[in-house]
Amino acid sequence: MNNGSQPKQEDSLLQRPLRDVGIVGYGAYLPRYRLPAEEVSRVWTGGQGGTPIQEKSVPGLDEDVVTMSIEAARNALARAQIDPTKIRAVWVGSESHPYAVKPTSTIVAEAIGAAPHTLAADWEFACKAGSEAMQAAIGFVGSGMANFALSIGMDTAQGRPGDALEYTAAAGGAAYLIGPGEQSLAIFEATYSFVTDTPDFWRRAHETYPSHGDRFTGEPAYFRHVVSAAERMLEELGAEPSDFQHAVFHQPNVKFPSRAAKMLGFQDEQIKVGLLAGRVGNVYAGSSLLGLSAVLDIAKPGDRIFMISYGSGAGSDAIVMRVTDQIVDRQNRAPKTEDYISRRSEIDYAVYSRFRGKLQTK
Amino acid sequence: MEVSQHWRLNGQRYQLQGEQCEHCGASIFPPRDVCPDCAEPAQEVYTFSGNGTVYSYTTVFDAPEGYEEQAPYHVALIKLDEGPMLTAQLTDMDGDPEIGMPVEMVTRKLRTDGDDGMIVYGYKFRKSEFPVR
Repeated sequence: MNNGSQPKQEDSLLQRPLRDVGIVGYGAYLPRYRLPAEEVSRVWTGGQGGTPIQEKSVPGLDEDVVTMSIEAARNALARAQIDPTKIRAVWVGSESHPYAVKPTSTIVAEAIGAAPHTLAADWEFACKAGSEAMQAAIGFVGSGMANFALSIGMDTAQGRPGDALEYTAAAGGAAYLIGPGEQSLAIFEATYSFVTDTPDFWRRAHETYPSHGDRFTGEPAYFRHVVSAAERMLEELGAEPSDFQHAVFHQPNVKFPSRAAKMLGFQDEQIKVGLLAGRVGNVYAGSSLLGLSAVLDIAKPGDRIFMISYGSGAGSDAIVMRVTDQIVDRQNRAPKTEDYISRRSEIDYAVYSRFRGKLQTK
Repeated sequence: MEVSQHWRLNGQRYQLQGEQCEHCGASIFPPRDVCPDCAEPAQEVYTFSGNGTVYSYTTVFDAPEGYEEQAPYHVALIKLDEGPMLTAQLTDMDGDPEIGMPVEMVTRKLRTDGDDGMIVYGYKFRKSEFPVR
């Protein structure tokens, strides 16, 4: 600490940019298909037992992280209304990149008109690859190396047939165009990350479906990292949960984020808008980013937002921001998160099996 | 198609990039460097809005190689708002399309060349839900 005031940046646990940085544009994407959790239960448990969510989003036959990222990025650009050739980084966080080798990000950059004068890379950290890409973009713009950087969290999550994760493993995410504070609809106050080597969930190379440590995914994994990161962020900021209008959590289901919020002292009212898992499932690297886009859709100038991601393996990123006056004009420039949620075509387990490539045809 | 042939079409497939004739003002898709209306050179890149209407369509049940996984699907003649007509697959359809139905461009997987080949992306059209603003 520096005489009891703001700690020097090199001593601080919080990450802050050298200049004001914020969100210039944002965009959500969800595929239109929905698989009710009751369908999974009908096929695998005879309809017995509860389900962790109501339904999950399922990508169509011609959708993947590339196509979904492109639509989210176009929505972010529609809100920002900047020339895409000014973007200097396109970073896509996902655990479902279509190619093992060949970047998702170059295809996205080309499709939105950001190529060729830009960095492009794919990020991987289970479900927090998107928030990590956001933090990197904050640093990239905050250092003055670039004026605009696009960070995306998007997934078409894999669930082994019959596994507990099949109820929730969903598809969707959001894109964030990060830029100078004076052009932003929300300005970042600080970020903080908490990571450990915790083997709660993984997918080995060449494997189609992930493996997980069953009950181990709760206390030592999700709750330890989310709560530790959130508590430390609040402590370092000198803030209380009641200082925030909205809190957004990584949401593998409805129960985990609700319980973590309660443990931290957030009220149901604060997490309500950003808690979408019950209606769309767990969209993995897109999870907290999609929750944030739902909050920004209805946020008011001056609102303070607390966001916390979680990625298996394991870690959490806490990101705090304050909404500016510029939110008002930009909310209606692109489809809202709720527009995508309410655009739904229900499918049964058979169609889901076909869409997700679970049927062997040759 | 070879990898290089796909790659040359990135601009038109990803962004619906055509040309605009600087002589008569016609919007041209696909780009062809000579205006089909006035036969003058036309090399000004023009990005279409992606909005249009279904002029006609058919349903493909017996799909050609590379598209089998998507059958049955609709292929439509799309009249773009700016004038040109193009052929494209319709996507995200619940039931049959209608002649005159407003559509918007989306970028989707066109085909996948086996398990180890390239994934080809490009334009398709869906019923207009969120017209380009």
